[in-house]
Amino acid sequence: MTYVITAGCIDCVHRSCVKECPVDCIYEGDRSLYIQPEECINCGACVPACPEEAIYFEEDLPEPMLAHLKDNDAFFTLALPGRCGPLGSPGAAAKVGRVGIDTPLVASHPRREAETCAGE
Amino acid sequence: MSDFASARVAVVGAGPAGLYAVQSLVASAPGIRVDVFDRLPAPYGLVRYGVAPDNQKIKSVTRVLRTPFDDAARIRFFGNVRFGVDLLRADLVEHYDAVVYATGAQGERLLGVPGENLPGCHGAKAFVDWYSGHPDAADTTFALDAPHVAVVGAGNVALDVARMLVRTREELAATDVPDRVLDAFRQSRVTDVHLIARRGVAQAKFTVEELRAINQLADVDIVVRPDEVTLTREDEGLLESHRPLRSAVGMVREWARRPAPGKPRRIHFRFLRSPARLLGASRVEGVLLERNEPLADGRVRGTGQFETLPAGMVVRSVGYKALPLAGLPFDPIACVLRHRAGRLIQENGEHATGEYVAGWAKRGPSGIIGTNKSDAAETISSLLADFARRSSSPAKVGDPITRLLRARGVEYTDWASWLRLDAHEVQLGQAQGRPRVKTAALAEMLELCRASTHVVTESTP
Repeated sequence: MTYVITAGCIDCVHRSCVKECPVDCIYEGDRSLYIQPEECINCGACVPACPEEAIYFEEDLPEPMLAHLKDNDAFFTLALPGRCGPLGSPGAAAKVGRVGIDTPLVASHPRREAETCAGE
Repeated sequence: MSDFASARVAVVGAGPAGLYAVQSLVASAPGIRVDVFDRLPAPYGLVRYGVAPDNQKIKSVTRVLRTPFDDAARIRFFGNVRFGVDLLRADLVEHYDAVVYATGAQGERLLGVPGENLPGCHGAKAFVDWYSGHPDAADTTFALDAPHVAVVGAGNVALDVARMLVRTREELAATDVPDRVLDAFRQSRVTDVHLIARRGVAQAKFTVEELRAINQLADVDIVVRPDEVTLTREDEGLLESHRPLRSAVGMVREWARRPAPGKPRRIHFRFLRSPARLLGASRVEGVLLERNEPLADGRVRGTGQFETLPAGMVVRSVGYKALPLAGLPFDPIACVLRHRAGRLIQENGEHATGEYVAGWAKRGPSGIIGTNKSDAAETISSLLADFARRSSSPAKVGDPITRLLRARGVEYTDWASWLRLDAHEVQLGQAQGRPRVKTAALAEMLELCRASTHVVTESTP
């Protein structure tokens, strides 16, 4: 079981959840953040931190967001475009920094105008 | 700041607040030297002794909390050192450039109703200490011989207690509770736990994560009365703007709608009920409950209508509170150390130079483990800003603390000895297919630490 970051994060990436995560398991791609499901301890601290309300517990994912469960996992288990191997479980997002690449699902998502993000 | 790049900081309390403070210090000032003190030989505070034994996933936060101690030369652990007894506030102020108090909330609020002192009524802290294998409860026993238990309170601790009471033997056997606790649960006669919440469902403090754990219990019916979870118009507005609360309330109201499948144990949620008195002659036999009605602002008012709830055990779980400690400035109304943005404030309103506070001692007993990360970050950013402003360079050289502790005959333990105790507990657990088996008695913990403990024989002045 894990928490999942969904489409609301794409192109907004406030990073407010990153500061709250007690195990530093929220990693930054290019247009979105991703939760490392094996490192997540299911505490839920990230949920209220997100101004986009983009984070869900996997059992509570609304139907249209279900694809993001596998997609968050794919960020760590697939070799991303331009990479020779998967990211795996690095243990802390701070060690990795901004990865700058997204999963195919996020990369193919229609571009969102910054002004439509919360607080912009 | 450069003068303070290798400053010496003391952190009192090795719980999540103290250890997130260490993390924050190390991340912002890599050369800094930190000594962490705890009254127990085991670190992690409420992660080890508060997070319920059936929630090992949350406990795995220790993976992150322990990382600073890899740098053993700079980041040291002093276990079995009692602040205010073995080591005084004046010692810390004298020998360190800064001190962070992360001493938590050691006290508990009372119900304040007649009968509270009857045998069979317990504070949640004693019960949690007991099942968590805390040395303070090493000699405590709980006979779980009453079929009906009332748990008063609507926070995560109340839910932990309720859940532990109705877990199956098999479920508990997969946890890290001490063997004698496991035995007591094996002989438990508890069938019904009644959770008593003063206010309405929208005002309850428990999180959706805790409710989810209740929802997943194998052998337990969850009983909610539909007429006790109705929402006021103000409640509905509150839910509209607060998704986590919406999920939590939605889950409880869903339980009220579905029929109970008839499992062998039950958790009853009772909202809008206050204990007016505990009943019984020589021990607790029940609780007299007053029905409350909700007010628009989320508070409640008693209706003068009463009902009797039979219960052979009552657990009071209405909140922890920090206690005054070692002469530190204390706000008796808020029950926290007096501070601004983590800077300790003296009675005269001025900053106590070089003294800081983090965690429950700072903000009161609220939030989850993760809340301590940003809480500690605020305190450490105050600390580092003060370092940058201080003109004198740090005068603290040498290692006076180990000398001082030895001279006082304090048998302190270090990180290596904790790792030894840790390995022992994990090994015991592996033999039984459990994550670990906790050692609860302090003497036994120290025994297991000892091979790498600095035992003091000579008395140096």
